[in-house]
Amino acid sequence: MRPSASIILFTTAAGAGYGMLFWLGLLRPLGLVPGGTAFGLIALGIALFLVTLGLLSSTAHLGRPERAWRAFSQWRSSWLSREGVAAIATYPLAGLFGLAVLLGWEGMAAVAGLLAAAGAAATVYCTGMIYASLRPVRQWRHPLVVPGYLLLSAFSGATLLAMTAAYWGRAAAPALLAALGAAAAILLKRAYWRDIDTAPPVATVESATGLGAIGPTRPLDPPHTETNYLLREMGFRIARKHAAKLRRIALGAGFAAPLALAVLALLAGGTLLPVVLLSAAATLAILGLLVERWLMFAEATHTVTLYYTGR
Amino acid sequence: MTCLPDIVPGQKKLGLVIDLDTCVGCQACATNCKEWNASGHSGPLPDLHPYSAGAEGVWFNRVHSFEAGEGERGRTVHFPRSCLHCETPACVTVCPTGASYKRAEDGIVLVDHDLCIGCQLCAWACPYGARELDEDEGVMKKCTLCIDRIYNETIPEAQRQPACVLTCPTRARHFGDLGDPESEVSRLVRERGGYALMPELGYAPVNRYLPPRRPADAGAAPREDTPTPMDVTNPLLRWVDRVLSR
Amino acid sequence: MPEAPTPSRPMPAAAPGADPRVDYSPPVGDTVKTTTCYMCACRCGIRVHLKDGRIRYIEGNPDHPVNRGVLCGKGSAGIMTHYAPARLRAPLLRVGERGSGEFREISWDEALDIATGWLRNVRETDPRRLAFFTGRDQSQSLTGFWAAQFGTPNFAAHGGFCSVNMAAAGQYTIGGAFWEFGEPDWDHARYFLMFGVAEDHDSNPIKLGLARLKERGAKFVSVNPVRTGYSAIADEWVGIRPGTDGLFAMALIHELLRNDRVDLDFLARYTNAPWLVVRNPRGPDDGLFARGGDGRPLAWDRARGVVDASLADLSPVLVGEVALPDGRKAKPVFHLMAERYLGADYAPEAVAERCGIPAERIRRIAAEIAEVAFDRPVVLEQPWTDVWGRRHERMVGRPVAFHAMRGISAHSNGFHTCRALHLLQMLLGAVDTPGSWRYKSPFPRPIPPGPPPAGKGAKPNTPLAGNLLAFPQGPDDLLVDEAGNPLRIDKAFSWEAPLALHGMMHTVIGNAGAGDPYPIEVLFMFMANMAWNSAMNPGEVIRILTEKREDGEYRIPRVIYSDAFFSETVPYADLILPDTTYLERWDCISLLDRPIGSAHGAGDSIRQPVLPPDRDVRPFQDVLIELGARLGLPAFVKEDGSPRFRDYPDYIVNHQRAPGVGPLAGWRGADGTKKGVGEPNPDQLRRYIENGCFWRDHLPPEQAYFKHANRDYLAGAKAMGLVPNENQIVLQIWSEPLQKFRLAAQGHGPRQPPMHLRARVARYCDPLPFWYAPLEHAGQDTEHFALSAITQRPMPMYHSWGSMNAWLRQIMAANRLYMARARGEALGIKDDDWVWVESRAGRLKCQVKLMEGVNPDTVWTWNAIGKRAGAWGLSPDSPEAVRGFLLNHVISEWLPAQAASAPGHRLANADPVTGQAAWYDLRVRVTRAAPEEAGATEPRLPPLREPPGAPPRPEILRYDASARRGRGGRRSRETIGD
Ligand SMILES: Nc1nc2c(c(=O)[nH]1)N[C@H]1C(S)=C(S)[C@@H](COP(=O)(O)OP(=O)(O)OC[C@H]3O[C@@H](n4cnc5c(=O)[nH]c(N)nc54)[C@H](O)[C@@H]3O)O[C@H]1N2
Ligand SMILES: Nc1nc2c(c(=O)[nH]1)N[C@H]1C(S)=C(S)[C@@H](COP(=O)(O)OP(=O)(O)OC[C@H]3O[C@@H](n4cnc5c(=O)[nH]c(N)nc54)[C@H](O)[C@@H]3O)O[C@H]1N2
Ligand code: SF4
Ligand code: SF4
Ligand code: SF4
Ligand code: SF4
Ligand code: SF4
Ligand SMILES: [Mo]
Repeated sequence: MRPSASIILFTTAAGAGYGMLFWLGLLRPLGLVPGGTAFGLIALGIALFLVTLGLLSSTAHLGRPERAWRAFSQWRSSWLSREGVAAIATYPLAGLFGLAVLLGWEGMAAVAGLLAAAGAAATVYCTGMIYASLRPVRQWRHPLVVPGYLLLSAFSGATLLAMTAAYWGRAAAPALLAALGAAAAILLKRAYWRDIDTAPPVATVESATGLGAIGPTRPLDPPHTETNYLLREMGFRIARKHAAKLRRIALGAGFAAPLALAVLALLAGGTLLPVVLLSAAATLAILGLLVERWLMFAEATHTVTLYYTGR
Repeated sequence: MTCLPDIVPGQKKLGLVIDLDTCVGCQACATNCKEWNASGHSGPLPDLHPYSAGAEGVWFNRVHSFEAGEGERGRTVHFPRSCLHCETPACVTVCPTGASYKRAEDGIVLVDHDLCIGCQLCAWACPYGARELDEDEGVMKKCTLCIDRIYNETIPEAQRQPACVLTCPTRARHFGDLGDPESEVSRLVRERGGYALMPELGYAPVNRYLPPRRPADAGAAPREDTPTPMDVTNPLLRWVDRVLSR
Repeated sequence: MPEAPTPSRPMPAAAPGADPRVDYSPPVGDTVKTTTCYMCACRCGIRVHLKDGRIRYIEGNPDHPVNRGVLCGKGSAGIMTHYAPARLRAPLLRVGERGSGEFREISWDEALDIATGWLRNVRETDPRRLAFFTGRDQSQSLTGFWAAQFGTPNFAAHGGFCSVNMAAAGQYTIGGAFWEFGEPDWDHARYFLMFGVAEDHDSNPIKLGLARLKERGAKFVSVNPVRTGYSAIADEWVGIRPGTDGLFAMALIHELLRNDRVDLDFLARYTNAPWLVVRNPRGPDDGLFARGGDGRPLAWDRARGVVDASLADLSPVLVGEVALPDGRKAKPVFHLMAERYLGADYAPEAVAERCGIPAERIRRIAAEIAEVAFDRPVVLEQPWTDVWGRRHERMVGRPVAFHAMRGISAHSNGFHTCRALHLLQMLLGAVDTPGSWRYKSPFPRPIPPGPPPAGKGAKPNTPLAGNLLAFPQGPDDLLVDEAGNPLRIDKAFSWEAPLALHGMMHTVIGNAGAGDPYPIEVLFMFMANMAWNSAMNPGEVIRILTEKREDGEYRIPRVIYSDAFFSETVPYADLILPDTTYLERWDCISLLDRPIGSAHGAGDSIRQPVLPPDRDVRPFQDVLIELGARLGLPAFVKEDGSPRFRDYPDYIVNHQRAPGVGPLAGWRGADGTKKGVGEPNPDQLRRYIENGCFWRDHLPPEQAYFKHANRDYLAGAKAMGLVPNENQIVLQIWSEPLQKFRLAAQGHGPRQPPMHLRARVARYCDPLPFWYAPLEHAGQDTEHFALSAITQRPMPMYHSWGSMNAWLRQIMAANRLYMARARGEALGIKDDDWVWVESRAGRLKCQVKLMEGVNPDTVWTWNAIGKRAGAWGLSPDSPEAVRGFLLNHVISEWLPAQAASAPGHRLANADPVTGQAAWYDLRVRVTRAAPEEAGATEPRLPPLREPPGAPPRPEILRYDASARRGRGGRRSRETIGD
């Protein structure tokens, strides 16, 4: 599948934003992050900024962005529609949460924060389900895809929250979550990659054409000698060697390094060092996620290519 | 809207049956489809860089060719590919806007371009590559099963067929109601072992493909009772006494 | 027997309930007109729907006998041909050097003045100095007539490079031919053998026919080095080595004879098998038929001895030697034939390796054919009467049908190979019988047909009487001077190609360039892309067209060309006469030309303009008629010198070739009640239009088969002017005209070939089919050039002229060299690799695709996909020019260096009997290109400059004939069609 910049940006940014919102809403009532108005508003602002950036960027993927509002109508069947509904529904909750924080209505803030966290989780779950429900793409229709989206969102959100909290010198909880998230992400992604590398294809050129009874089947001529939309969109393939390198980068720079940095930040004292360490961790996590998301597309294969390349 | 209609027994399922045993890959169905639909229900079907490098356009029907089997015993198979009007197509259910829909009355899967936002999710969801993005208009298009022909009262009744079916010079394309076991197309499918593509994906395509027939069995064995001419002095002699008349 | 109707398909169900999103019944257009497609030469009937003056939809005419409602991939894309930006827009006069593409747009008056001036000058001095050659047109009855009126013998169309081998072999053997002159009995055949056909002219009829065969469960065997297209759906594919079909056919003949599985009754009745051939080695009459005092052939009757061969009660002796009344010895044709093919040379074992088909398989196929022919005959309860006046209660046929085309004919041994196939048909009794191959009207014709070719004695200002392309019966009919040198510029009908029935267009420019046999002044071409795909070697043609004499004048001083599009040839002409598209003009598909008749009866058709031209272009036929009038060609002016015809439609209706015989056969006579022969009918075109632009005669069922010996059929054909008399058309196993040429080469008779051609004529003018290796293989190292290289017609493209079509070019914008997977792997070549293809004539670079379904000693590619950069309204970086290639760059128009016996003498790379261009004899060597050489095909000729006034290339095309045109599009609209 063709890695499309707008979608990569969308899932990364919105994922991180929702992750941050999720942890903010969850940890604040528990007192595991700074409780003041400033922190609450700033953290919420960052989260909503990322979410909005992501959502806006996703509309760049649309052929008719001005009609984007229509996407909310089919929540009964479409995960994309549900994602939209969840995303939009999360805004007022987050807004209410912000208002409560601003006005210092802590009870309300706690409730709204938890609701916003649930909205964020639901939105990310829907995002994951968009991919996980696509049967023609076996790398997406995989049991680890939805957990992966949730986990990576939680991980990047925690990192960002930790970075923000570090300015208040109270980053321990989110940093710990970030570290745990990174560790889990490493395990999950490795398991996922191992699995997609060895799993059989969902379909073969023989089943795609029904010609297997005659013998092994190979494409002879394509319908058109030049390329087309389908091939550009679904035909993108990445060389194995290249993919392996990017996986190492994602694992190393995107997950392992933030993990180490978060642990260091936990161990380090003071404010400055954790700020520096956690800022680095957040940056690396975002970059790593961009790589991971890019790979998510680049490594995904669509059954339509069976008709063109036989694979 | 993008919820699928309930499947009731005897439901009308309009679709195509494509005979791979007679398709010669002439591309007539592809170009005739393009021609009809360019000004049809989903038209236009734009072409980018039509007279330069990188020409490509929207086509609802594309004809591939494959080789199955090896060497002389194999077969070359021409393989037209268009929307299969699946019974449980995710291309419809994934659509966030209701632009994609499956009609309850005949099972045709259509896109309403006035609603489509061009998110392309349906193209990802279609295993068969049957969705075509109009990159200019920014909306998705696809085979309409020639909905503006098959019910068109301004067209003589015998011509109320999809353009690709009417034009196919080897009559390899058949159109009808696959939900009706008594229909001509259902009979063909039964008798010729018609099959669905990638059934393992669970989309339950309506369209069926008829397989290339098995090479006719070896036929007559060579006669070995006659000596080779090299072995007899004059092989012509046997005709000397043959009495012939006009 | 009526043609099968268009199968009616049941409507699935009544219209469904309302769906506000669907308009179920939009009117297709506001106007519909019938006409005849011309995206290729198949001539299908079409219905063109117009909406607001633009073409909405082109569909097959369901009532049309040729296509019965279907259209092919090209015909369905007619809209894009009609609106192609590559269309020429106005007459052009060259202002720069040839090839520079510098032209000035001129008015039609000026263009016609210039052309008339050039042509008048030639006609007044030496009309032979006009060479008028047309390519893939369908107006040969007009263009040939015009040339004869002009007085030049130098006229021909594409037949010489196309399939004259099929036409000549068929017409000299069975009085009809494969090609588009015959068709399998699709309704009754039980076994169908197809040799070397990729697409053919009968594009849609063959496809419809194959479908019928399949429906009925008949077996379909395709003999072809490549398994694509029709061969892909064959039940058995015989991947033969190119050029060896003759051997294969003769091995089948060997097997049938060996097993005595031949139809002796058919041979005795309908062929010259019983005729006696004089045996007089080295005598002047050796090999000629023994004839009675009245000149009629003799046969050996079991009871009565030597008698007239045409007697109804003949009981022929087929083998043995008999003394003629005059004492000479003679043998029946059957004897000589059987003797040859029972020889060990033609045993399956002897040919198997060469053909690449195991002997066992050849024997099995022979047995299968015999089994179907003799054990499963088709019997129709249909009485008929033979030429002897005897009534037969039923028609019994051998349901083995054959069809063959350029895989046979485009080889230099194609004439004899095709004759061998006809011999095979005759042995099986499978000529025009139920289930076999059938004649299409106007065939059968006498063998050989009609008068000899006109062309002797060309004189200034004098028409030549007769047909320029016709049928020599022996040396006297050749167009050669006293010394035996050719009279025609292309050397057709000379000792180099005695039966060059269609001329030799492929040699014209080469010969004119060399002034051999004489220089010419004006080269006038129509619809022939001679500087590209119809040149055997485009580089050579371009070189000659741009070559200058010492005095600075071009070697070929004037080139006039009519094309409708900006093809590769346009920049090499001096004066361009832009034609309309096929939807903007009248045309006539005439019985005098290559009509659309079928086995069911005669037929012809017209084209009518569907839209007016939107450019300053004129139908070429109108232009030719006007030029004829300006030049004062007798048939084109009235007594007072004023034009005889207003325009082409006027000519179609009122021209009479012979009294009562005109271009169209339908609705003749003042009241339109006559067919075939009758006075002109002023209302004729309207009658055609009312009938869907075609006319079709229907033979009654008793005339449907055995037409060569069917009394009623022959009488009817004579009445329609299709045959000169009602005599039986006796199929010719032994060909006497060939033997006459051979005798001349052996030193007999007043006209003999020049010394350097004697051995050649004697060898190749064999009265019985024989096999020899393709000529070009003899003169070169076939181990070095180990692969045969051939081309195939792609179904969705017509020669060079599909690339300007925005839809068709998307299907095929580049081509590859296809090669057997095993062979490629042995050479270290993988899919997509770039390779060099070398022949004795040059080399080219292209990209490879490996496949299973190809003979391992063969490489092939699609024909005419490669285009010259800048042509056809395409941007120079288009794939057609960058990844497309033309195999012609490595083909040579001449045979390898000739024997020392005639130094300096070039022989065309062609069949030695018919002059058919031997495209498929090509041998090549394929090697991998270096990695840095990948990326673009070679040779790459410099890009052509576009003609003045060429429209800008749109970046996007949103063709939509309806009012909501271009709805929602974000980019610039298309510019075509407005
Ligand atoms: N390598 C190889 N070469 C081959 C062959 C092969 O098999 N292999 N086949 C050969 C054979 S059989 C043939 S017949 C020739 C065909 O070769 P050509 O006779 O050259 O045929 P086309 O390429 O169709 O080109 C005909 C020209 O007619 C022009 N044209 C199209 N429509 C019209 C019209 O309406 N009016 C006018 N005035 N012009 C028009 C086109 O623009 C084009 O320039 O090619 C031969 N060349
Ligand atoms: N779509 C389309 N239709 C056309 C044309 C076109 O350009 N496009 N051109 C028209 C013209 S002008 C012509 S002449 C006809 C030609 O019609 P075809 O005769 O069908 O044309 P070719 O493509 O030359 O096909 C030759 C076939 O013979 C095979 N072949 C080559 N060598 C041998 C051999 O030695 N033995 C055997 N058995 N097979 C061999 C090739 O693989 C190929 O399949 O088509 C006409 N119809
Ligand atoms: S073929 Fe594809 S587009 Fe058509 S209904 Fe099935 S899933 Fe949808
Ligand atoms: S591209 Fe259009 S039709 Fe397809 S899913 Fe998106 S909105 Fe629906
Ligand atoms: S049914 Fe109509 S839209 Fe669909 S492929 Fe055929 S011609 Fe095209
Ligand atoms: S029109 Fe018929 S024969 Fe031609 S490609 Fe389509 S299905 Fe095959
Ligand atoms: S075969 Fe195709 S291009 Fe040729 S006349 Fe018929 S429809 Fe037109
Ligand atoms: Mo041809």
